[in-house]
Amino acid sequence: MLGKICSFIILALLIILPVKSNAGEFGSVDVSGFIGIETRIFTQNPRWEDQDSGAELSVIFNPEFHYQTQDCNHQFSFIPFYRKDSRDEARTHFDVREAYWLWIGDEWEVLTGINKVFWGTAESRHLVNIINQSDNVENLDGEDYLGQPMINIGTQRDWGRIDLYVLPGFRERTFSGSDGRFRAVVPVDTKNAIFESSVNEKHIDFATRYSHYFGDWDVGAFYFYGTGREPRLIANTNATKFIPNYDLIHQTGIDVQYTNDSWLWKFEGIAREGQGKAFIAAVGGFEYTFYQVFNTYSDIGVLAEYQYDGRTREAPFTASDQDLFTGIRWAANDIQDTQILGGFNIDTSTHEIFYNIEAQRRIGDNYDLELSARFFAGSSANEDVYAFERDDYIQIRFARYF
Amino acid sequence: MKHLFPSSLNKILIAGFIFLVLMQSNLVIAKTPEEKGFEIASRSDRSDRGFNNSESTATMVLRNKQGKESKRILFQRTLEIPDETLGDKSIIVFKSPADVNGTAMLSHSKILEADDQWLYLPALKRIKRISSKNKSGPFLGSEFSFEDFTAQELGKFEYKYIRSEECGNNLNLICDVVERTPQYEFSGYTKQIAWIDQRDYQARKIDFYDRKNELLKTLIFNGYKKYTTKINNHVWRAHNLNMVNHLTGKSSDFIFSNYKFEQGLTDKDFVKGVLTHVR
Repeated sequence: MLGKICSFIILALLIILPVKSNAGEFGSVDVSGFIGIETRIFTQNPRWEDQDSGAELSVIFNPEFHYQTQDCNHQFSFIPFYRKDSRDEARTHFDVREAYWLWIGDEWEVLTGINKVFWGTAESRHLVNIINQSDNVENLDGEDYLGQPMINIGTQRDWGRIDLYVLPGFRERTFSGSDGRFRAVVPVDTKNAIFESSVNEKHIDFATRYSHYFGDWDVGAFYFYGTGREPRLIANTNATKFIPNYDLIHQTGIDVQYTNDSWLWKFEGIAREGQGKAFIAAVGGFEYTFYQVFNTYSDIGVLAEYQYDGRTREAPFTASDQDLFTGIRWAANDIQDTQILGGFNIDTSTHEIFYNIEAQRRIGDNYDLELSARFFAGSSANEDVYAFERDDYIQIRFARYF
Repeated sequence: MKHLFPSSLNKILIAGFIFLVLMQSNLVIAKTPEEKGFEIASRSDRSDRGFNNSESTATMVLRNKQGKESKRILFQRTLEIPDETLGDKSIIVFKSPADVNGTAMLSHSKILEADDQWLYLPALKRIKRISSKNKSGPFLGSEFSFEDFTAQELGKFEYKYIRSEECGNNLNLICDVVERTPQYEFSGYTKQIAWIDQRDYQARKIDFYDRKNELLKTLIFNGYKKYTTKINNHVWRAHNLNMVNHLTGKSSDFIFSNYKFEQGLTDKDFVKGVLTHVR
């Protein structure tokens, strides 16, 4: 199996030559993307039965196709994504990240199709970012999302930008399979999800957002009504599986950033109704950058954020309830764009700690090497990350961009 | 001899005339180096007025000490803000290296303060307001800093005329040599020495002095071409900028092509919302 994947990736890396985009014009056809090989080495034996140990291997294919008409009024985007994992079948998956047609008029824009949308300012938790479902099997950092079908109407005025989203076609969260790591005592049954809406996953969700900036302040505010992206995981009757339960929610939120001197002050807050008692949650903090440290071209950034979440047990579980995140970012600003980000999250109540290190460097013009390591510590039974506590890993990812 | 005027009045008139002549010549002679420097710089700056808006493609060639090269390609859009107390607006879209394809940067430049700047990261589709206090770090790993190639607005410096001499670089032109002192508090430089030619009023060479007042870099402008817009038929653009770092021995070229002016761009094309689909 591994041999097969290896020969596939090597072949692919050799065959795919960089496709020259039509540089020299704004617009036209652009083919780009990456193909990567990734290994995760788990440093401890698994906590739960059936889970694999040792190393796993994946290949990832993520091409991008963009087309723009000469008058720049129409854009088309298509980004398929495929991961083949050597062990966990649930991690092997195909998704369409983007497949849309965008019409750009003088004052209005209309996007129809599948797209990804990012809202928010914070680094340690993407609290307000609700349009897309998390592609949970990809990464723990919550920065991978499934493509969301939508009609997005936007308008830019002097006083800011308004976006309206009509979101048909709910995307269910991905979860590790029974042999995968990062799962609770029993796996999640993603085939039998339960929906609060009488039309199940066919409920049409709705969102609207305002965003703008005023001098040093960037602000956004939004309202969402529809099937919440976070499921409650409820054990089935014989406790062999967790069944995802998706509820209808109302969510209102704001995101703010104040940028001054070398400081970035960030805040995201939400209020949610529909999962037990209404609750609020927030994440806020700062990032300060020391430029050209020690007489080099390197920058060092220091980050700290606090996560608060007031949800009750009737709402989906979150580990980000009263956690402090601190991190440090080093950017060499060299030709290879070498960067390292290290940090940890500490739960101020249970004192569980989650360590995270990510390093990245370009090799030549077309290759990219990424190393990351994640460790859990200090968790006892029934605490937030106990289920994952033995899922410490080191990951190496090598990608060819084209 | 009959005097037309009483002699005392005559004396006064003569004295007055001499005084006026002296005053007049004084105005010419006593123009301070600062005034002359400002005059040269403003003539150069204003020669660019009325370019309105522009689009161009740039290739950056980064060369290390051993001469090994690495390339970056980017698109650039600029909107002229006629008010001299405000800076221009620009968007830069990175096309290569491939892993940064689609990354875009929007800047609303300011004269004496940090710019307003947003960065778009396509992998996450995230628009991030960034701190732009430091404009003197390397841009895309090159020997250019953001400070070096963004709009050279008049109010960003104080000026002092030094001398006039051959521009060099086989140009057969005479240049005014002007020392300019950055007024931005966090500039990476204590001073810059600019060679501005007397024919087209364009910069031909700039020496950059670091915070220790040592010669750090030299920028040579080559390949000037003249463009015509509705209200200015002498819009000059250098198409080949070569920067040499004297401390590291590294160098970078900025090679521009496909300059287009008056593309109908307005303020609306320079807001953060466009970053997700500027290509």
